[in-house]
Amino acid sequence: MGNTSSMLTQYDIEEVQEHCNHTFSQQEIVSLYQRFCQLDRNGGGFISAEEFLSVPEFAVNPLSQRLLRMLDGLNFKEFVAFLSAFSPRATLQQKVEFIFKVYDSDGNGKVTFSDMLEVLRDLSGQFISEQQREQVLTHVLEEAGYTKNSLLGLSDFMKILGNNGLKMEVEVPVD
Amino acid sequence: MNSNSNEMVKPSSSSSELELDLDRPNLEDYLPSGSSIQEPRGKLRLRDLLDISPTLTEAAGAIIDDSFTRCFKSNSPEPWNWNVYLFPIWCCGVVIRYFILFPVRVLILTIGWIIFLSSYIPVHFLLKGHDKLRKKIERSLVELICSFFVASWTGVVKYHGPRPSIRPKQVFVANHTSMIDFIILEQMTAFAVIMQKHPGWVGLLQSTILESVGCIWFNRSEAKDREIVAKKLRDHVQGAENNPLLIFPEGTCVNNHYTVMFKKGAFELGCTVCPVAIKYNKIFVDAFWNSRKQSFTMHLLQLMTSWAVVCDVWYLEPQNIKPGETAIEFAERVRDIISVRAGLKKVPWDGYLKYSRPSPKHREQKQQSFSESMLRRLEEK
Repeated sequence: MGNTSSMLTQYDIEEVQEHCNHTFSQQEIVSLYQRFCQLDRNGGGFISAEEFLSVPEFAVNPLSQRLLRMLDGLNFKEFVAFLSAFSPRATLQQKVEFIFKVYDSDGNGKVTFSDMLEVLRDLSGQFISEQQREQVLTHVLEEAGYTKNSLLGLSDFMKILGNNGLKMEVEVPVD
Repeated sequence: MNSNSNEMVKPSSSSSELELDLDRPNLEDYLPSGSSIQEPRGKLRLRDLLDISPTLTEAAGAIIDDSFTRCFKSNSPEPWNWNVYLFPIWCCGVVIRYFILFPVRVLILTIGWIIFLSSYIPVHFLLKGHDKLRKKIERSLVELICSFFVASWTGVVKYHGPRPSIRPKQVFVANHTSMIDFIILEQMTAFAVIMQKHPGWVGLLQSTILESVGCIWFNRSEAKDREIVAKKLRDHVQGAENNPLLIFPEGTCVNNHYTVMFKKGAFELGCTVCPVAIKYNKIFVDAFWNSRKQSFTMHLLQLMTSWAVVCDVWYLEPQNIKPGETAIEFAERVRDIISVRAGLKKVPWDGYLKYSRPSPKHREQKQQSFSESMLRRLEEK
């Protein structure tokens, strides 16, 4: 069978590093490649939603369905790019951008009230009524100087999330 | 073992749903700390609601590395033929293993089968009237053929602790790495085992020969099998003459570095539970049977072309359920004992997740604590 990581040449690794703005070291990319091959059960060169859901720890995550829209069918380069926001080397800007993208489901660069409400629904499920969710969201939005009809852009997210010590790091195991 | 096919089937009644519930320990007890729900303080602000980074971090962490997949990862052997001097030696090894050892082993196994079948068939059909004698001979014959199997991979097995004896109301539970676990244990004592029904030649053996030592077969995906098996189990442990019962409560093969959750079935029979820990030494071959990747025949061939299968078996101190202890707590305690002895790490997952998705309950738990924390903070000023 041989070692799958040997199939990555230095060029490949550098190309991937380029693609993810050098947020991962070469060794980390080799590790991620092994993981990618492990998740890509049928060896198609991309990971399907079904394959992601075979990881129970991921499947039970409240945001898994939402993330799957970004994850379904990623090839290795895109896979690494997706994870790059979680690298300790990623800038705060990159991390906030990532969060913004999770909210911005239609990708138009604006987050609406209903976008935020949807994420909140994923997180809280049936334990809060729809009405209560709307009230809470409206309340905190108004407190922060926005209204129900405000469209939040990336710069707003930077302002809101940029200074509260965002901790969004995952270590890639390297052997 | 009545809970065994739980995950595969939609619970048909509320009682089985309850059982599904009880069968899983509280996941939050196991998950590493620093999970998405910390105890944030203070008044709820917009940034607290929008900051989904803990949940995202958890998701990314699971994508990068997760404890469940690690349980079923076969470890490829460390190559050692990497230089000019070692390579010829390695080649000699290959020649010896494939062209000398392997044919000899096939021969041994064939002889074993000839001896076994030529005595088993007459005994089985001629001694119809003498049940006790017939059972005794059949038992020894099954032990014999298992010894031949172990010899066919030059099994170097060290048994520690007292050899099990036949007595009612006791059940043996062991960690599960491959079907060869069963063969290794069976060569010492003719256990009656509870196992998944297999297709092909293994299935044929199961339904003919192994049935005679009292083995019970079931199908993970059959709901009604579960009840039948549960009943058979209860009947079996009551019989004084029956072979000791062996259960692999993990319900699936794990790579011998981890243990997955124990199914509670074996622990609610009201019997003494005798833990058995099995640890393989991977120096020559990885004994983990990855049933997704290879058939059992291929797995056996792999073992038969290796130098040896080295393993340790520990028969551990029998355990009884403590007053006030639930079957799940008891199962966890026994899992602890086995994991410590065999040096295995425990993970909070049900091995059947290989075949199905986790129940929405786990997600709901996370949602519930998120909601509670949010509402609590909303009231703070």
